[in-house]
Amino acid sequence: MIEIRNLYKTFGKQMVLNNLSLNIRRGETKVVIGRSGAGKTVLLRNIVGLVRPDSGSIKINGTEVTALGEKEYDRLRMEIGMVFQGGALFDSMNVADNVAFVLNEFMNLDKKTVADKVRDSLALVGLKDVEHMMPAQLSGGMRKRVSLARVLCMEPHIILYDEPTTGVDPITAAAINHLIIELRNKLKVTSIVVTHDMNSAYMVADSIAMFYRGQIIADGTPDEIRNSKHPVIKQFINGEAHGPITEDESLIFGHVK
Amino acid sequence: MNIAASRIPTSITDWVRYVGQLSLLLGQTVASALTPPFKGTRSLIQAYRIGPGSFMISALVAYFVGMIIALQMAYQMMQLSAELYIPNVVAVALTRELTPVLTALIVAGRVGAGIAAEIGSMVVTEQVDALRAFAVNPVKYLVVPRFLGLIIMLPVLTMLSDMIGIWGGYVICVYKLHISHEMFWKMTFHALTMKDIITGLTKTVFFGGIIAIVGCYHGLSVKGGADGVGKATTTAVVRSFILIIATDCLITFVFYFLLNV
Repeated sequence: MIEIRNLYKTFGKQMVLNNLSLNIRRGETKVVIGRSGAGKTVLLRNIVGLVRPDSGSIKINGTEVTALGEKEYDRLRMEIGMVFQGGALFDSMNVADNVAFVLNEFMNLDKKTVADKVRDSLALVGLKDVEHMMPAQLSGGMRKRVSLARVLCMEPHIILYDEPTTGVDPITAAAINHLIIELRNKLKVTSIVVTHDMNSAYMVADSIAMFYRGQIIADGTPDEIRNSKHPVIKQFINGEAHGPITEDESLIFGHVK
Repeated sequence: MNIAASRIPTSITDWVRYVGQLSLLLGQTVASALTPPFKGTRSLIQAYRIGPGSFMISALVAYFVGMIIALQMAYQMMQLSAELYIPNVVAVALTRELTPVLTALIVAGRVGAGIAAEIGSMVVTEQVDALRAFAVNPVKYLVVPRFLGLIIMLPVLTMLSDMIGIWGGYVICVYKLHISHEMFWKMTFHALTMKDIITGLTKTVFFGGIIAIVGCYHGLSVKGGADGVGKATTTAVVRSFILIIATDCLITFVFYFLLNV
């Protein structure tokens, strides 16, 4: 479904993606774990075409997308939904208009159908009677759920989640995790979930990929990752303050130990 | 997006590059405006935000400028016993030059800054990225309605300000200088030609385009957070002012010396 080969992306002197390769099968939920600020979001932005790679290949449904023009990419984007880290809700619109955004832009539906779809999408993310509220009136968790409802309204085949459970309470996090699983089981949606929340990763993942220094250094089932002997993976999943990741960063930032 | 967005261009090369980038955005805007689907409602919403909101301030400024010109001219003309020609000067100066430029500067300060801040905030909060991720062209969605709103509303505002400015001149001429009501209008219409009105209004179409494109460009170029939005807003206003005055000079030269229509 999504094949990424030898992807490179540099911002100034900083190499964010360094020969990254990753495969996501149709209907699979792939969780990408790694430290904050490492470049996981850049990977998602490359897939949806918000950022273009310096070199390398991204194939979606067999189509090479790195060379596509904006119009051709737009056709593909109709099948890809992205849940942004901060929600990215349009703050000049209320919740209903946000959720119905794609319907209003691209489909000629009557008001009642749109209202029904909005209500159903909000119900899927556990929200009710919030249609009239403005994004500024919502909590962080609610914003995230509205953002997810907006994507669900598109009925995409692929969903990219950028830290969907970060900053939400444990109950909401569990509800979002269940929803990701449900979307995979019922609608066969292919998902990439970027997170550093290991509970969420173990719960939703068919497979987990460890992102480190611009590359995927391991890709396996949740059990394989949990039992990995790789020192970087061990330090990350166990949340240890000392280990190869922090030692490496000390060198990068030039501290003398 | 560019290297010149966050600072005032200092060299000719910088300015050429900057104007080139604006022209590129203008090209994309015009192309997007001519490509279906057409959503006129968005442009009308923008026109409504721009027009009525700016009317009071531009009318007030035009009214006082009309009075000031009449008073200044009176001071000079009285020495020549030529007070009768003051209505001519007021009408011509306002319609050709002062009202179009002043209205444009007011709208640049009020609306251009707002455009840069609004779009800049959308960039910072990933709303512009969300538009692109939903296959919506940000230029078509954000820039086109503001561009059309401004090129429609600025001539309308200017026309109204022309009338109010002349009325300001009328108040001074009739009540202070004791020129008769009939004589004021006779002299005004005698001096005003269609060319004055058309060149004045034509300028405002260009000024409206400049305000929209500069505001949107700086908004879309925002980097960082609130600091970036603040810088973009200030830069958009300053550069709009410079470009409006420079374009005014160019258009005046073209209309009155090159084409001599």
